[in-house]
Parts: sequence; structure tokens; C-alpha cells
Amino acid sequence: MKIRNALAALTVSGLLLLTGCGSDSDGDTPAGGAASGGSSGAVTVFAAASLTESFTTIGKDFETANPGTKVTFNFAGSAALATQINQGAPADVFAAASPKTLATVTDAGNGDGTATTFVKNQLVIAVAKGNPKGIKALADLTKPGLKVALCAEQVPCGAAATKALATAKVKLTPVTLEQDVKGALSKVKLGEVDAALVYRTDAKAAATDVDGIEFPESASAINDYPIIVLKNAPNKTGAQAFIAYVQSEQGKAVLTAAGFQAP
Amino acid sequence: MTLDSDEHAGVVRPDPVPPSRRSRHRRVPVALLIPAGLGLAFLVLPLAGLLIRAPWTTLPQRLAEPGVLTALRLSLQTATLATLLCLALGVPLAWLLARVEFPGRRLVRALVTVPLVLPPVVGGIALLLVFGRRGILGAWLDRAFGITLPFTTTGVVIAEAFVAMPFLIIAVEGALRGADTRYEEAAATLGARRWTTFTHVTLPLVAPGIAAGAVLCWARALGEFGATITFAGNFPGRTQTMPLAVYLALETDLDAAIVLSLILLVVSVTILAALRDKWITSP
Repeated sequence: MKIRNALAALTVSGLLLLTGCGSDSDGDTPAGGAASGGSSGAVTVFAAASLTESFTTIGKDFETANPGTKVTFNFAGSAALATQINQGAPADVFAAASPKTLATVTDAGNGDGTATTFVKNQLVIAVAKGNPKGIKALADLTKPGLKVALCAEQVPCGAAATKALATAKVKLTPVTLEQDVKGALSKVKLGEVDAALVYRTDAKAAATDVDGIEFPESASAINDYPIIVLKNAPNKTGAQAFIAYVQSEQGKAVLTAAGFQAP
Repeated sequence: MTLDSDEHAGVVRPDPVPPSRRSRHRRVPVALLIPAGLGLAFLVLPLAGLLIRAPWTTLPQRLAEPGVLTALRLSLQTATLATLLCLALGVPLAWLLARVEFPGRRLVRALVTVPLVLPPVVGGIALLLVFGRRGILGAWLDRAFGITLPFTTTGVVIAEAFVAMPFLIIAVEGALRGADTRYEEAAATLGARRWTTFTHVTLPLVAPGIAAGAVLCWARALGEFGATITFAGNFPGRTQTMPLAVYLALETDLDAAIVLSLILLVVSVTILAALRDKWITSP
């Protein structure tokens, strides 16, 4: 355990080194910065990989709106982030891709207050551009000779896929159960499978290579994205301000453009 | 393991006087002992971490879970098949690199080590681009014979062989270059053809090197993750090897991941130790 903590500390100090210059310059911000009333200092946000594009944009907007702040992101799979937080990584905010993963942090007593759902994500059928196999519904995926990739049940997109297939009463034998949604998507991009169940946001981000086909049963397996301030947050004010910004009109606009739905 | 091959390469010398054993019992310099100890600690401590953190009380029922044995069996089968494939292709390639002068030999030698420096995930993508459904060879295989390799157990063997073969080639080539060529020359003088010389003189001469290389190759194949999940995907019973099962277990249950890692570790160390005693140390 000690070694683990030391390793976590090493990783984190590495991160801090990278961002150190940013937080140093905060002290040099002219007094006018403080007058803007918002937060100041460095905010460290641990966020699910599927939020990479939208949160990067939101982070930049937040910095512009609050001069003197610096947002640092750590994007990875939600489960990996939860482990890092529970092992003592000094983060301010945690945004997860599923309430279950966030619960591992709150159950360990590392959350501050209660989590709020800020967006929802829904599954679509990702197919090659132009939909050469003519897939229109979930039931089409059982056509003989059709290769389908799903996420493994242990990861959120796999759990959602299982739920949606159960609702549609479709029995499907995939050729592979990928370790994350990007893995499933890349199999479609490479043409190794004919279809995959991925999040709408992922299909949208890969719109040059794949088409996303909506299906009604995905409504039964909507994924909530919760966000929370962490108990050991070095900058709680900054954390709260960032979460408020994510839920503001500007934040919502960015998230909706990426394909997320309002909660 | 590489140390072994070096030792044996040394023993194989025609010099009738064995190297002095006394030198081994002389006082060990502290300047070597300290870094050696640190090196050992560095390699062994993470292992200790696994053992300390293991959920010993629930171990039996976790072992009995059906998916575990399936993944373990698949891992052992594919790693062994991959090693056989590497032996069949890698030993001749190592011989070519060690014994035949040809233009571009340095380049070929460098190319052989490419899978070593390539991140395995990239290796998996590269394999898809060649053997995938739309790959250069894969598309033809599919059209002509109806064979598709991704998402099959054969795909796992190919991914593992791709990543593990350099270990075998480097070990065997090293043994070949360290071996005395006078035996081969003598065989040639006595009228043996090159093939006969290879099978009757060269192979027995470097057998310990081949064994050491095969063990390294097998161990690497057993632990393979990145190229396998990228090229062969993940499906229980067909392509889900132990490292893949460990990775997925990590998503939900740290304890399960630790148990799976321990099983893989115990099985592989047992097999390696048994082989070492029976095969490698007594050529």
C-alpha cells in the first residue's frame, strides 16, 4: 500500500511539475483579476475519457471567464480515475461516465456533498460511412455473416448495450467484447466489424469515418454522467466554480454540440 | 535466462579445461552487490505487493469461477502454439542472420527487433492492416479461402508470435554466433552437406540457446496483452487470454484482478522452473 501511495504521489508530482508554471504565474495576476469575483488558482479535474473534447473546450472557456484560474485535466477511463482518487491523488473535481463508478469514490468517503448528473449519453449503432450493410435497427445486427463488436459488460458502454439488447429482446453473438468504447469504435473504423454499439458522442466525434444510427431501445439504457467536488480537494472554491460553469448555459452548449443530452 | 545461454555458449568451447570454479567463490565487490540487490528488490517488490494485497480468504471460490480456467487454458495453449510457430520460423531466420553473409544483413537484423520497440497496441493495428478483413493479405485470404484471422484463436497465436519472436531470434542468434564454427567446418570437411551439418551439428550445439530463447518467447507470449486485444479482440473461450481477463476484471473488481494475476504468475513460474531444471541447465 505504501508503495502504491508513493507511486501515486510520484505520478501526481509529475503532473504538478507539468502544470507548476501555470500556478506560479497566478500570483502575478494583476489585482483586477480578483475583482472578477470568480475563483482563482489551479483546479484539477479528473474526467472520463469520453469528455475529453468537450471538457477541454469548457476548461478554456472557464479560464477566460475567470482570469487567474488554470484548469488541469486528467482524462482516463472512469474506473482508473476512481482508483487514483481513492489512492490519494489530489484532485478537485471528478466527472465519471457512470454513477456506479462515482459511487466507488463516495463509498470510500472521498466525495464532498452529493453528486449531480450534468449530462446523459445514449447508445447508437456505429456503422461504416454510408451504411453499406443497410442496418436500420437493433434486430438487423443478428443478420447472418454480420460481425458486431460490443463493449465488455464490465465497462459502462457494455452494461448499457446489454440492457438495450435485453429491452429489444435481441439475442446477439458479438465477435469481440472490447475493453472500452474507443476500442469498439476503432474496429468499425478499420472495417473489421460491420457494426458496434457505441455512445452517440463517440460516433459524432468519428463522423468522418462512421455513421451513427439511432435506435429506440437505447432509451432504456441511458448513461448518466455525475460530477462531484472531492473531499480532499486543494481548491474547493475553484472546484465548485468549475462545476457551476459546466452546468451553465455556455457549458451546456458545448456538451450538447458534442452529442450529449441534457439531464 | 540469457545468462544461461551465455554460460552454455561458454561451456561449448572445444577448450578441454573447464573454466575455474574458484573464481565464483571469491569476495564479491560491494560496488556490484549493492546495485544487484537494488535490482532484485525492484523486480521482486511489485510481486510482494500483489501477494500482500491478495484477498486470501475468498481465493478458493474465486479460483473456482468458470471463466478463470477457460482463460488460463486458452493462455497456455496459445502461448505454446505461438512458441512452436516462432521456433519453426525463428530458428532458421536466426541461423541465416548468424551464418550467411548477404547484403542488407544489418538492416534485416534491425528489422527483426522492430516488434520489441513497437508498442504492442501499434503492433496489433499493424497486424490488422495486413491480416485484417481489409488488410493487404487478409482481404485475399478472405476472398480466396474464406479465412479471417481477427477475432479467432489463430489470431491470438499470430499476435503473440509477432510480439514474442524477436526474443527467440536474438537468443538463438547470440548462441549461434557464440558457438564455435570449427565443428561445422569439420563436418563440412568430412563431406556433410549444409543441411546435415545444420541438423546434426549446429542444432545440438546451440540447443541450450534455443531452449532459453523458447522459454523467453513463451513467457512473453503468455503475458501478451496489447497486440492480442487489438488484433484478436476479446471473447471468452475464444480470444480472452488471462492478461485480457485481468484487465477487464480491473474495471470492476481489483481483488479479482489480483487473483487472476497471481494464478497466471504461479502457473508460469512453476512451468518455467520445471523446464529450467529438466531441460535448460542439463543440456
